[in-house]
Amino acid sequence: MEDKLILNGHEFTSRFILGSGKYSLELIKAAVKNAGAQIITLALRRAQGGAEENILDYIPKDVTLLPNTSGARNAEEAVRIARLARETGCGNFIKIEAIRDTKYLLPDNYETLKATEILANEGFVVMPYMYPDLNVARDLKNAGAACLMPLGSPIGSNKGLCTKEFIQILIDEVDMPVIVDAGIGRPSQACEAMEMGAAAVMANTAIATAGDVAAMAAAFRKAIEAGREAYLAGVGDVIENGSRASSPLTGFLRN
Amino acid sequence: MIILNGQESENYSTLSELLDKNGYRREIIVVEINGVIIRKDDYDMIDIKDGDIIEIVHFMGGGSR
Repeated sequence: MEDKLILNGHEFTSRFILGSGKYSLELIKAAVKNAGAQIITLALRRAQGGAEENILDYIPKDVTLLPNTSGARNAEEAVRIARLARETGCGNFIKIEAIRDTKYLLPDNYETLKATEILANEGFVVMPYMYPDLNVARDLKNAGAACLMPLGSPIGSNKGLCTKEFIQILIDEVDMPVIVDAGIGRPSQACEAMEMGAAAVMANTAIATAGDVAAMAAAFRKAIEAGREAYLAGVGDVIENGSRASSPLTGFLRN
Repeated sequence: MIILNGQESENYSTLSELLDKNGYRREIIVVEINGVIIRKDDYDMIDIKDGDIIEIVHFMGGGSR
């Protein structure tokens, strides 16, 4: 059976969700291709007119667009952005970002939950960016979220899995895809998240600010695939004290 | 006078006039007038009134802020 990421019945073979910020438009195409990404996030902003080039001109048509509600400070603003995004005709996926804190850009779980409930009822595939809290995770599931998107560390920080233990709790306790979002700075961190049992990883800054964007996109793809394979293979247990010999402790050539 | 994307703007008689004169690409934008989303099929049927608050948005790269 093929290993798939399933979000409200929509199936994906790639487990790498690519953010689209901070790229030149030419580089975004190479990043999508080398990442093997089937889902890409986008932001909705005021348009200036003038028949300008748009990011949609650079994204392959078979890639699923995942609009986010960035800029929303509460559920009401997130819902408004989501409804506008759907009217573009890009589908019904929405990544909820409800953020009041401007220093760390931490998600407001309460407002996120309220927006999730409203938008899931309107038929959206709701993917909430959240702080990894088990109680909220359960509430989001009950509210109709398609997955959980806990942060590894603050957006764009490249600090990796600062919330590792709490993400593990979500993976172990909540029966839905857990997609690690935000703060993943290196392929090794993406791999670690996948080894833990994350369903996917989302990254943007780590790739967009790399010396070679296309090469880093490929490096992330391989790391995510390796981590997934290791998770499915079953990672060996850890011995806190002592050791475990890998050959028999008999038959030594000793005098 | 109307408010277009947060700025005071000259008035237009219809939405299609506003879109065409400013070179908006209809296939990639979404229009909201006074808080109500306008369906693409209706763009050619909408008159603009003095004082309307109009938002025209599109996708761009990125996420939070």
